[in-house]
Amino acid sequence: MTTEVVLKIAISGVLTGLVYGLMALGLSVIFGVVRVVNFAHGEMMTIAMYLVIVFFSALGLDPLLMLVPISAVLFALGYLMQRAIINPFINRPEHSQFMLLVAIALIMVNALLLIFGPDSQGITTSYSFDSFDIGGIIIDAGKVYAAIAALIVAVALFAFFRLTLTGKAIRACADNYNGALVVGLDVKRLYALTFGIGAACVGAAGTMLMIVTDVTPAIGPAYTLLAFVIVITGGLGSMPGAIVGGILIGLTEALGGFFFTPSAKTMFSFAILVLVLLFRPQGIMGRKTA
Amino acid sequence: MALLEVSGISKSFSGLKAVQNVSFEVPEGKIVGLIGPNGAGKTTCFNMIAGVYKPDTGTVMLNGARIDGRRPDEICKAGIGRTFQIVKPFAGLSVLDNVVVGALNAAASVSEARQKADEVLEILGLASKRLQAASTLTLPDRKRLEVARALATRPKLLLLDEVMAGLRPTEIDQMVRVLLDLNKRGLTILLIEHVMRAVMALSGNVIVLHHGELISRGTPDQIAKDPKVLECYLGEEAL
Amino acid sequence: MNLLLEGVPRSALILLALFFAALIAAPMVLNDYLIVVLITILYFAYAGQCWNIMMGFAGQLSLGHALYIGLGAYVTAALYVKFGVSPWIGLLPALVIAGAVGAVIGFLAFRFGVSGVYFAILTIAFAEFARIGFDHFPWVGGAAGYFLPVANYTQNDFFNLRGSQTMFYYILLAMTVLAFVLCHLLLRSRAGYYWLAIRESPEAAEALGINIFRYKMYAVVLSAALTSLGGVIFAFFYNNLFPEQVFHISRSIELILGPIIGGIGTLFGPVVGAFLLTGLAEGLREVMLRLGIDLPGVKQVFYGICLLCVVMFLPEGVWPPLKKKLGLDRDTGKKGS
Repeated sequence: MTTEVVLKIAISGVLTGLVYGLMALGLSVIFGVVRVVNFAHGEMMTIAMYLVIVFFSALGLDPLLMLVPISAVLFALGYLMQRAIINPFINRPEHSQFMLLVAIALIMVNALLLIFGPDSQGITTSYSFDSFDIGGIIIDAGKVYAAIAALIVAVALFAFFRLTLTGKAIRACADNYNGALVVGLDVKRLYALTFGIGAACVGAAGTMLMIVTDVTPAIGPAYTLLAFVIVITGGLGSMPGAIVGGILIGLTEALGGFFFTPSAKTMFSFAILVLVLLFRPQGIMGRKTA
Repeated sequence: MALLEVSGISKSFSGLKAVQNVSFEVPEGKIVGLIGPNGAGKTTCFNMIAGVYKPDTGTVMLNGARIDGRRPDEICKAGIGRTFQIVKPFAGLSVLDNVVVGALNAAASVSEARQKADEVLEILGLASKRLQAASTLTLPDRKRLEVARALATRPKLLLLDEVMAGLRPTEIDQMVRVLLDLNKRGLTILLIEHVMRAVMALSGNVIVLHHGELISRGTPDQIAKDPKVLECYLGEEAL
Repeated sequence: MNLLLEGVPRSALILLALFFAALIAAPMVLNDYLIVVLITILYFAYAGQCWNIMMGFAGQLSLGHALYIGLGAYVTAALYVKFGVSPWIGLLPALVIAGAVGAVIGFLAFRFGVSGVYFAILTIAFAEFARIGFDHFPWVGGAAGYFLPVANYTQNDFFNLRGSQTMFYYILLAMTVLAFVLCHLLLRSRAGYYWLAIRESPEAAEALGINIFRYKMYAVVLSAALTSLGGVIFAFFYNNLFPEQVFHISRSIELILGPIIGGIGTLFGPVVGAFLLTGLAEGLREVMLRLGIDLPGVKQVFYGICLLCVVMFLPEGVWPPLKKKLGLDRDTGKKGS
């Protein structure tokens, strides 16, 4: 066990963590604005992952090229979900929202199962076996591309929320719902837009994740949990928090899996989650509210 | 020794001084009014007495025993009942059950609590609505329910936070009568109130807070003539 | 008895008696398959009732109740297999351990101010700990599973819970009825009033002299301990335990669908919900079988759609409107009668 190996594991954990972070960013944005916890988050990501498989096997399109179209499809899905189904629930109690999204998740998982079957599926890109050698440390090229793409999407999202009028309007909704209504913002549309954006994040993350991993219909709930862990660790509703949390959890799981056993790796992220909940409930990057 | 002795309490929220060095007393059997413009720190004072906040400095004594920094439920047990300015009914429960919860504080059994709750509902004029869900009540009735619930805990001292707000004049007079009657039967009351008609009719003594500081105290008549009080309500330009 | 029946309308009593009589007579008329369906229903009704104490009464959303099922199952199964301890005795340590774990989770959450969604996720985290922990706990089989010895029983061995489905059916029926009665009594007790108050408004509850920390702890510990008894039956009925199945989040969700669909915080909600959901699942299976459709996922998609419809159109669950339809509503305003 040399330093190089540990470094390789750590770097690859950070790279995967960036993609996780993008996925969690979607959850965080949705919660931060719409105040609904998307319990179908991981399931939505598996939809994006299967879209990659469909496009790849039918048209031979590289996942990097599909980043934008698949994000757009997921955006539409999220937008419609919010408009048609979730919107009447935003003032209902948490358990009611939870049930709704559990039902949606159940439908998604089993529709995928019905269409694609239970077996694990993956793709092999032209660079699947490429790697970079950085000072003796071997890093998978796919992971690097995926992480860079995830980072670009995340930065674009930051810019959208900081610089565009729509982005600012959405942030206004998040800060003060009634105030947003008073100044005449179309809150319903902005909520749907936000859910769409959150879904697009997940779409992009799912697309990138297909470069480095396989998918089964049943994996959805595990990703939902992972997104929760990351978002709470980073700070629910905090955008940089989601990315930081993603990196931290990616790193923890990689090192935990390496030093102990891969099957126990999620134990370490849950341990971090519990510690954060107890000692810094607002998350690492979260603002202190209550 | 007064029933409630507040000495030198202060509270800041992230640098903002909500209450500064406020001292006053509420003698047993009296009704004391706490007035002041919005943001004067009245509710913060209440919350320090009721245990929601721990004062940064100063002490609160009930019957000679320190109660500052204790939990709200301990303070209720010690004999202080309170209402909330923004009413917090148990919306899914019936009016009766709302009051039963309060009555259980001093009752040995649920059936005893039910009896007590019925008595209190009678006093507050809510008896006919006892089986309605609290969520169906109008705002004036919700205010009455707040009082009923606090009263059912059998407090020595009742803290009332703007229970007259939103009531019509006849309803205010009715509430004033109820409170005077309770006072006659030995209940001590400290009330925050904006409705001057009620403050004047009820309070033997009035305390005035402004910008978190106590600026005046006295009988309602004295207060009404105090230039400092007029100034804080009307603004300096008005003088 | 007075406390038990006070204020319950006569028509409700008659309906309840008829329903109960039908359940007692059921094994004499139904075939083996339908008894298993009823066992599933009662299992969910019982576990849902236990979960309801925590969420429906005290307002604390647990999404990790599979943890307590699993603890009850593993503790009694291990004591039985390794030391020959009867599950009737083994359930005592199971109760204590599940209650203690509930107490630890509750203590951490309530002392550190973890509430709402965060509390729910904390409960998931602990269930996941248990799942991964038991996966790596070779003493009870680890990920490869833990098995109870199975043989053909000519006679019911009630003391060791080895025997026919009918035996399990009656045990579960008794448990469900007892849990129902217990919850009914709890709702009319001081603790019941305090729980509902805490659920509706913790601040107001505290101002009325309720030690909310203590009463939330009571709810968690009681709910956890009672839920573990469901796990005992689970272990001895199915005879195999896999951490990936027992502690999985989907098990936790399965447990709480019934009470939410039935009507959260009501006494009949968990029972009605269990009947509806299991009935729906079995009905769908039957329809698929008749239509000759044998594709994985079809059944669950329909199940999900039905769930979606109930949540969307009956926000309070099935029982409250059903109660009104049956004319059993006294409109006391108090949820749960």
